[in-house]
Amino acid sequence: MKPSAFDYVRPLSLDEAMEQLAIDPFESKVLSGGQSLIPMMNFRLARPERLIDINRVPGLEGIVPGQDRVTIGARTRHLAVQNTGLQGPLGSLLRTAAAQVGHLPIRTRGTFGGSIAHCDAASEWCLVARLLDAEMTVRSTRGERTIPAADFFQAIFTTAMEPDEILTSISLPALDDHHVTGIAEFARRAGDFAIVAATAAVKIEDGVVTRARVCLGGVSEVPWRSQAAESALLGSAWSAGAVAEAAAAAADEVDPPSDSHGDADYRRDLVRALLPRALNTAGAGS
Amino acid sequence: MNTAEPRSWTGRAMPRLEDPAILRGWGRYVADVAAGDDCLHVRFVRSSHAAGRIRSISAPAHVTLVTAADLAGLHPIRAVLDRPDYVTVATPILADDVVRFVGEPVAAVLAPSEAEAEDALDEVVVDIEPLPAVLSAEAASRRDAPLVHDTEFPGDPNTVVDGRIHTPGFDEAVASADRIVTVQVGSSRQSAMPLEARASHAAYDRATGRVTLHATLQMPHMTRTGIADCLGIPEDDLRVISPDVGGGFGAKMTLAREDIVVVHLSRTLRRNIAWIETREENFLGAWHSREQVYDIEGAFSAAGELLALRGDLVCDVGAYSCYPVTFGVEPLMAMAELPGCYRVREYSVRSRGILTNKCPIAPYRGVSRPVQVLAMERLMDVAAAELGLDPVQIRRTNLVGEFPHRTPSGLVLDDASHLETLQLAADMADLAEFRERQRAAREAGRYLGIGFSSFAERTGYGTPAFAARSVPMTLGREEIATVTPGAERVICTMDPSGGVTLRIGASPHGQGLRTTLSQVVSDALGIEPSSVRVIDSDTDTTPYGWGSFASRAMVIAGGATLIAARELAERLRVLAAHRLGGLPDDIDLVEGHARRRDTGEEIALRVLARDTYHNAQLIPDKGQPALEAVGVYDPAGTFANACHVAEVEVDPDTGEVRIERFLVAEDAGRLVNPAVVDGQIHGGIAQGIANALYEELIYDERGVLVTTSLMDYLPPTVAEIPPIRIAHLETISPASITGAKGVGEGGTIGAPAAIANAVSDALAPLGIGVFHLPATPHRLRTMIRQASRTKEAAS
Ligand SMILES: Cc1cc2nc3c(=O)[nH]c(=O)nc-3n(C[C@H](O)[C@H](O)[C@H](O)COP(=O)(O)OP(=O)(O)OC[C@H]3O[C@@H](n4cnc5c(N)ncnc54)[C@H](O)[C@@H]3O)c2cc1C
Repeated sequence: MKPSAFDYVRPLSLDEAMEQLAIDPFESKVLSGGQSLIPMMNFRLARPERLIDINRVPGLEGIVPGQDRVTIGARTRHLAVQNTGLQGPLGSLLRTAAAQVGHLPIRTRGTFGGSIAHCDAASEWCLVARLLDAEMTVRSTRGERTIPAADFFQAIFTTAMEPDEILTSISLPALDDHHVTGIAEFARRAGDFAIVAATAAVKIEDGVVTRARVCLGGVSEVPWRSQAAESALLGSAWSAGAVAEAAAAAADEVDPPSDSHGDADYRRDLVRALLPRALNTAGAGS
Repeated sequence: MNTAEPRSWTGRAMPRLEDPAILRGWGRYVADVAAGDDCLHVRFVRSSHAAGRIRSISAPAHVTLVTAADLAGLHPIRAVLDRPDYVTVATPILADDVVRFVGEPVAAVLAPSEAEAEDALDEVVVDIEPLPAVLSAEAASRRDAPLVHDTEFPGDPNTVVDGRIHTPGFDEAVASADRIVTVQVGSSRQSAMPLEARASHAAYDRATGRVTLHATLQMPHMTRTGIADCLGIPEDDLRVISPDVGGGFGAKMTLAREDIVVVHLSRTLRRNIAWIETREENFLGAWHSREQVYDIEGAFSAAGELLALRGDLVCDVGAYSCYPVTFGVEPLMAMAELPGCYRVREYSVRSRGILTNKCPIAPYRGVSRPVQVLAMERLMDVAAAELGLDPVQIRRTNLVGEFPHRTPSGLVLDDASHLETLQLAADMADLAEFRERQRAAREAGRYLGIGFSSFAERTGYGTPAFAARSVPMTLGREEIATVTPGAERVICTMDPSGGVTLRIGASPHGQGLRTTLSQVVSDALGIEPSSVRVIDSDTDTTPYGWGSFASRAMVIAGGATLIAARELAERLRVLAAHRLGGLPDDIDLVEGHARRRDTGEEIALRVLARDTYHNAQLIPDKGQPALEAVGVYDPAGTFANACHVAEVEVDPDTGEVRIERFLVAEDAGRLVNPAVVDGQIHGGIAQGIANALYEELIYDERGVLVTTSLMDYLPPTVAEIPPIRIAHLETISPASITGAKGVGEGGTIGAPAAIANAVSDALAPLGIGVFHLPATPHRLRTMIRQASRTKEAAS
């Protein structure tokens, strides 16, 4: 379990990082928290020849609330997200989600942007990003561009980023207080990647759902926006029964993979069980 | 003079002497020995086919490649049992011509670093012609099944052990029964999964040609014998040291093919050679266990008395035997010990070990007993339900209450407390209160359950017990090197400063044996544990011994220690009486002094010790100018016992099991150190919970192991282990001279059945019982889904 040989550089500015990455982009990897990349290298599933360590690059950390969007620096540690004082439904979603990422040592080191760039279909941050139609800002020596979440996550471990691009920040819409948000997941052990995760942001005005976003993890190659659940919820009277119906619709809609942790039917059952838990409707009326 | 009654060290929960260094990171493991040493690192090329013929193995010229052809002259490992139904198969040191499981070592590469050795590994090309593989015991024992080894099988194909017991009154007892209850239980494959995988470092000494092997072992002496036999060298050419060991649990008592390669390369290349096993290799090649299916039939009277027990026990033993205990270890233990703590008058059993093209099995904490206890405890609960009895009541009816008790397989249960631990556990659990909560929860759609598990833990068994596994054959006796563990020897020495050194053949690896043996010595000699040094796990400095496994060390090595320490104490009394007057019997050894009970006159032990070595003219009776005693102990064994209670809640929507409470009523005889005993129970239960709910090795349909990392094979973490409450009884049995019984495996043995019973109790309203472990969320949820469909269809 030792990585194959690689070169290591630690640039001190974003420009320098981009230049280093541009030298040999296909054989290089950006090193952020290292909590996914290093295990993959030890398993020899990744064999980069060069690591560009961005941990000394200034300006990549922090959670900055703006007018209608919140911007999160790519290198913001999971733990900093867990401790954010951000108000409102978005803040509470971020804190709840962060607490379920791995274990404390992993959260101390691993980063928000690293998770998004890594693109694991069960990752909390990929789910949240897809749920809220996040926008990813990426830069290279060729310039800067912004990629919407719908285009960003392409396949397992595959994003729309080019190999010479560095993810610098992610922006999420600020959610007003009419929103109910939540995330619930099922893992065999505390700290494991979820077998299935469900996250939702629902806007309720006068007891009626006026906007519904539902995103599921562990049921497809990339985070799955459940249109079935969203349209079931939209326009319905907010109730536990409506959420249960939406969960059932989502479970019917997905076509999940089977592996040693559970077959497709089991994952569908988990979708049915978890979406109501994400929206914490246990106490709500039916 | 201090007249206060001296406190005994035995029975004190004193902190372990081992811990400060280990907790500070000052422990020394094999990888520490290799780090910084100018050694070559080995990596093993492993088969990716379950069965096949090696066509060729090749590598570019710059890769140092070692194959079976380079090991000509080495003998294969032969683990032999003297029984007519036992089939001996040889294990080549590296696969020679054929491969028999995915992960089998077929070649080795050498490089200056681990990383470069892994690079070299990528350059080796192994061309294997696949052959048909047998991947289950069922398929392997069918007529015309492909043979895992090309040899004669006296019975069914691939069947290497086929033991039977049938008591004379069995058929009559079955005929007289009111009810026959049948259950089938099973366990998936598991791995002991020690934190430290295997590792070895062989250092070549040019001056003497001798090799010093540091390896992470439970049996250093036996390992030396095994390696010397395979290499055909005198044992003295090899010194084996087991430094700090990061967990064994049985996985490090079996001779590793890889260690033999490491020593051989060190001798032939005259270099230091290291092998630090990766986790993936450990999954693939370092012993599995407990892939078993038992069909059990209990013949009960209407009152719930078990009149007769029938069992058909099948153990998938993988592709090779394990040395020294052999692949008979699981089936033969299951056959001998299935009745456990229950009064089984009539017994009919067939127990088989069957070869498959999978990783070989070897002992793992508890060996077969977690499955045996699962079988008996599920049988009791199912019978109780069928007969309308309470689970405590049916156990009370059947537990052995009079001792000694002879079991139908000929074991003798010594003094124990099965009825008392059951009662204690039931009291702790407060069953009536639980049933009330359970009823209320069910009304709210929640599923709570409680499960009991009573068991006997056979511990501290020496040569007589191991010899009984054999049914000696007369032919060919001289050429088969059977191995029958074992006595333990210790040498207890007082040095001229009054300090005591205890050299032991046992090989502790985390159990705190240095602490507990020091407590035993201290009481015998009237000294403090801090002035006792225990030396272990080095074939140059310790007497030949069997090591630490099978919950034996405290009983056997502890017994030998007591014998030696008492003899040394007696010598000190003789010397003191000579100096102080009076008779040796009038002398007490207290607080580092020998003291006359009548006059109170005393002399420091260090004065006696110094004079013994330096003023031999003062020694009476022409005794030796040294203070040393040897203790040997080889008992027949003693049974610890316990009752576990698990309380669980099952989430019907996800199939998740949450353990709400775990209670233990334990009787391990005299507690030399209660904290150490509790630690053994806690750790054992954690592994029992792992067996019950989490860990499972999975092969695909081609015989490829798919669970090769800790992302797929899931040892529970501290977050999954509930608080454990333990109450102790201390039955002092004459079968152990220290009064202590072994307690190393009980946690693992009892917990799975308690949890299976609890989950079954929780899901009883849905008609679901758990018989196969682990009861994963996926499996439980699938059963729940089917049960609710059946219910819907019915209504
Ligand atoms: C035991 C364990 C449990 C875990 N459990 C969870 C869990 O429950 N949920 C979860 O979401 N994650 C989990 N993780 C993964 C963890 O969250 C990682 O931190 C995360 O997936 C990757 O972030 P990182 O900063 O560590 O990235 P790295 O490991 O440094 O990099 C990951 C990948 O992203 C690329 N990359 C990183 N940053 C950038 C950037 N700024 N621009 C371009 N490319 C970049 C790297 O090149 C690499 O390909 C777990 C990890 C472990 C070891």
